[in-house]
Amino acid sequence: MRSGVIGLVDELRSALAPDRVRTGSTELGLYQRDASNIVGVAGVVCFPTSTEEVRAAVTIAVRHGVPFVARGAGTGLAGGATPMDQAVVITLTKMNRVLSVDPVNRLAWVEPGVLNLDLTRAVAVHGLHFAPDPSSQQSCSIGGNVANNSGGPHCLADGVTSAHILAAEVVLPNGEIAVLGSEGGEVDGYDLRGAFVGSEGMCGIATRICVRLTQTAPAVRTMLFDFGTVAAGAETVSAIIAAGMVPAALEMMDQLCVRSVEEYIHAGLPVDAAAVLLVEVSGLPHGLAHDVDRIVDIAKAHGCGTVRIAQDEAERALLWKGRKTAFGAIARIKPNYYLHDTVVPRRHLPDVLRQVYEIAERHGILVMNVFHAGDGNLHPLLVFDKREPGMMERVHAAGDEIVRVSVAAGGVLSGEHGIGLEKRDLMPLMFGPADLRAQAALRAAFDTTGLANPTKVLPSAASCGDAHEVPVGAWV
Amino acid sequence: MAGAVGPDGPVTIAGSGSRGGGVAGVRCVAAPSGIDWIQADEMVVQCGAGTPVAELAAALCDVGQRVVLPDGGTVGGALAVGHSGIRRLGDGPMRDALLQARYVGADGSVVKAGGPTVKNVSGFDVCRLLVGSRGTLGFLGEVILRTRPIAQHSQWFTVDADDPTPTFATLFRPVSVLWDGAAVWALLEGHPDDVREQAAAASMRPADAPPSIPTGARVLTEPSSLATLGSLRGLPDRAAFVAEVGVGVVHVDDESAIPRAARLPASGPAVVALRDRIKHEFDPTGRLNPGVVVG
Repeated sequence: MRSGVIGLVDELRSALAPDRVRTGSTELGLYQRDASNIVGVAGVVCFPTSTEEVRAAVTIAVRHGVPFVARGAGTGLAGGATPMDQAVVITLTKMNRVLSVDPVNRLAWVEPGVLNLDLTRAVAVHGLHFAPDPSSQQSCSIGGNVANNSGGPHCLADGVTSAHILAAEVVLPNGEIAVLGSEGGEVDGYDLRGAFVGSEGMCGIATRICVRLTQTAPAVRTMLFDFGTVAAGAETVSAIIAAGMVPAALEMMDQLCVRSVEEYIHAGLPVDAAAVLLVEVSGLPHGLAHDVDRIVDIAKAHGCGTVRIAQDEAERALLWKGRKTAFGAIARIKPNYYLHDTVVPRRHLPDVLRQVYEIAERHGILVMNVFHAGDGNLHPLLVFDKREPGMMERVHAAGDEIVRVSVAAGGVLSGEHGIGLEKRDLMPLMFGPADLRAQAALRAAFDTTGLANPTKVLPSAASCGDAHEVPVGAWV
Repeated sequence: MAGAVGPDGPVTIAGSGSRGGGVAGVRCVAAPSGIDWIQADEMVVQCGAGTPVAELAAALCDVGQRVVLPDGGTVGGALAVGHSGIRRLGDGPMRDALLQARYVGADGSVVKAGGPTVKNVSGFDVCRLLVGSRGTLGFLGEVILRTRPIAQHSQWFTVDADDPTPTFATLFRPVSVLWDGAAVWALLEGHPDDVREQAAAASMRPADAPPSIPTGARVLTEPSSLATLGSLRGLPDRAAFVAEVGVGVVHVDDESAIPRAARLPASGPAVVALRDRIKHEFDPTGRLNPGVVVG
């Protein structure tokens, strides 16, 4: 523990409860990173159970001049919840109650530690669900979704998390409590709610969140198409959107990915195809049937081999299991992987994918692609064994090149994982000094202390001091 | 435009003036006008903030698309005021239409916020702050907006109802549901057979148009306070309000008719202080649209 802040732990124990403020090596080790590979150093880990306790933890950390980091389930992939500089880790997992559900107006108030899928399960009885569905939805929390403005396959039609957050009660870094937004989703004044969502824990800590719930469609059809080339699959994606349809989901897997998933779940996936497209449409029956016909026609016109339409809910679940467990399946190939997240305009998907394969090959790394094709949201997955000499350097170099070709194609740094530490120093690829100053101004207005998850997102020149380097071993 | 704004001195911006125009007595600039490009297959469009909404709508209609902005005035004016139209229930808030903005900041420099793709979490979401900021944080110059396909079929329906809740509960993702205390109107879109079946399930009959929207005031309430509005039915002119069901926006001729209990509570001190800090960070000397207070 850093010297001079012993009193910090005592104060936290007094404000919360002794057993909910932990400094043991096991806890500090567990909370030194999120699901990224960036390792930091936690000073103390605390588990508040109320807004008042969160406020107390924030206030005590600030009084001691120690940074604090909010943390949900720790499934973030960009190092956003990695504690830097012996920060106070404020873990929200014990604040996991669904506080109220208004099925008439289709909204609910929840605490930040509620798991994404648990929320959907809690409101399913009303024919409703929470639309953002990251692949980690069984384990990620709503608070984390808010912090990262998370996405998921079904955000193509329904929008990412920001579109589903109506309001949030936030403990600001200065200890004040503010309710941003309203149950109607609109306020007279600045959209502080919108500025807060996606701010990666640098603008305060949400302690109660009002979510918009979405009517679950009465009918859904899930289709699987296979293609002889990745380009044909990608062109099909563009053609579907250009035809004026916005499917509920439009996901693509390449051959290496399909093969590893098939070995894992035995779903009868077409392992000889170069690419597989998973398309889901949902809605009312007549429009659904019409869209299915048009999508099948478009796929066939682009050289689709076989068309598989899920015949029942079990088959649909199996196809989605293939998509959502892709990352688990790769452990069969190599022990380590690194998942990237960029977005490119859909029409550039074929060209950027070709470059991704070239980059990986040049660096001698396996790459598989499983991604939100409808959004142009690439997830190149570099698969490797870090024990091989020089491998980490090659992985870093390949990842950096992938981000650069995505941005050069008119894309963006991140579609849903966020910037965190991982892409902080790549922000100048997208933003000039004046752009970054504006983002720093937003952050400074929310965080007058500079202690809310500092050193993330903004490169040091834009964040006024704190010239921390990404720690050794970080993968940029 | 950045040159016209310059680095100092009070300055205001105006589009067509349909939403109130600029600040009187202050040097006034205008945003560029015109559509730069429409990428129909990407469902995005880039235009100058001074482009009339009607011009943009007509150009997008030619490619079977539309943009979620309320009718009238300029694109920049609609975004700066930030009020969604009556389709918000189905379309979502119009603020989500803004993907990227190039605006002129208080120091006269051109600033880019957001990015050109629909999905993007690269950095802080300055775009969200700009929408509804009434030109107090920066002047919109050029924007990239998300578009949507125009539905195959679109039709208004109505049914007499002194409680909109049963109708609202029956319909699947309606685009708009309006209620004036005596009748409900719903805008349904999609496949014609689905639209017809939905309307039948809710016992609604075709309507030529939505009700005329009172223009006296646009009052924000919590969606759950509709029941409180029921008390307005006792007023002499019971069509004096039209509520957007599920959204919480109530249009009235006379703002004082809305009971205090039905309104959004005033912003708390922490929100007011935060709002003031944002203004100060973005415009330390208060030169952009001086005197305009948002919220």
